[in-house]
Amino acid sequence: MPVDKNMQVLVVDDYSTMRRIIRNLLNQLGFPNVDEATDGQQALSMTGTKKYGLIISDWNMEPMSGLELLKGIRGGSNDNKTVPFIMVTAESKTENVILAKQAGVNNYIVKPFNAETLKTKISAVIGDF
Amino acid sequence: MSKDVAAKAGEAQQYDRSKVVQIVHSVIAKMEGLSGEALNNLSSELQDLVRAIENTRAELAAARTQDLGLKHVPTATDELDAVVDATKSATDSIMSACEAMEKMVAGRGDDIEQKVIGEVTKIYEACTFQDITGQRIRKVVNVLRQVEGKVNHLLETLGHGDGGEHPLAVASEKDTRSEEQKLMNGPQLPGNAISQDEIDKLLAGF
Repeated sequence: MPVDKNMQVLVVDDYSTMRRIIRNLLNQLGFPNVDEATDGQQALSMTGTKKYGLIISDWNMEPMSGLELLKGIRGGSNDNKTVPFIMVTAESKTENVILAKQAGVNNYIVKPFNAETLKTKISAVIGDF
Repeated sequence: MSKDVAAKAGEAQQYDRSKVVQIVHSVIAKMEGLSGEALNNLSSELQDLVRAIENTRAELAAARTQDLGLKHVPTATDELDAVVDATKSATDSIMSACEAMEKMVAGRGDDIEQKVIGEVTKIYEACTFQDITGQRIRKVVNVLRQVEGKVNHLLETLGHGDGGEHPLAVASEKDTRSEEQKLMNGPQLPGNAISQDEIDKLLAGF
């Protein structure tokens, strides 16, 4: 099944520069519809009102972290319960990766990353595009 | 642990001078029951202890420790915050220039457009440094604030403080973060972290 590049993508990061970088890279990859949230709480609220095709989230955020966001989405009951979720984070300890996987993450990118890694991981969770 | 023992353990955390005075009075009361060599030995040891405390206070004063807790550390944290703000501002300017360049070549559909986008992508990738350095600097700032709290608390205890209890002094005593928050320690230094390849292998193992 072909990937719908017009799907809504949600980028969650408390650093505005990082959101901007990921948004621009997504635009270059052909994904024009990108929403942004500054932390897990705002993102969780947004997933309650809109269907997303992909969520790319940082881990280290206050007041709600990326891991708590992931757990909130997977434990929820709306359309986004099974949305592909990629963690993009500087948290690169084995313990973190295991906990994220147990919480239902689809892929995990460690910062700093490049455009090729982002593309590869997105393809791995939503299919080739 | 009984409530009495727990209460005493809690009291042990209090380092106020009135507690020290209470202890001294208690020791003096006990000394009244002593005589001869035992009394002389205890008296001598107490005098040594008093001298050690006074020496420590004098050394702290001579080292201008107040400056460390009240001036140098706050200044250093402000400077580091300024570094984060400055690099963020510079990165935003670079990003704006890149976005303008992308718009200039958008729709050309030729080799030049592809080359410009390729180079702009490299700049975007390089700009992720701001996020990483920002997180690293904030970790250093947090450590400095803990040092500041400890120093001010020590000064208060020894009578060299500014008179008021520093708000960070007590807060920095123990890690009050939730279990979720304790997981957020990145970015890890090289050697303390695993690579993207290792993460991929780990995920593939599930």
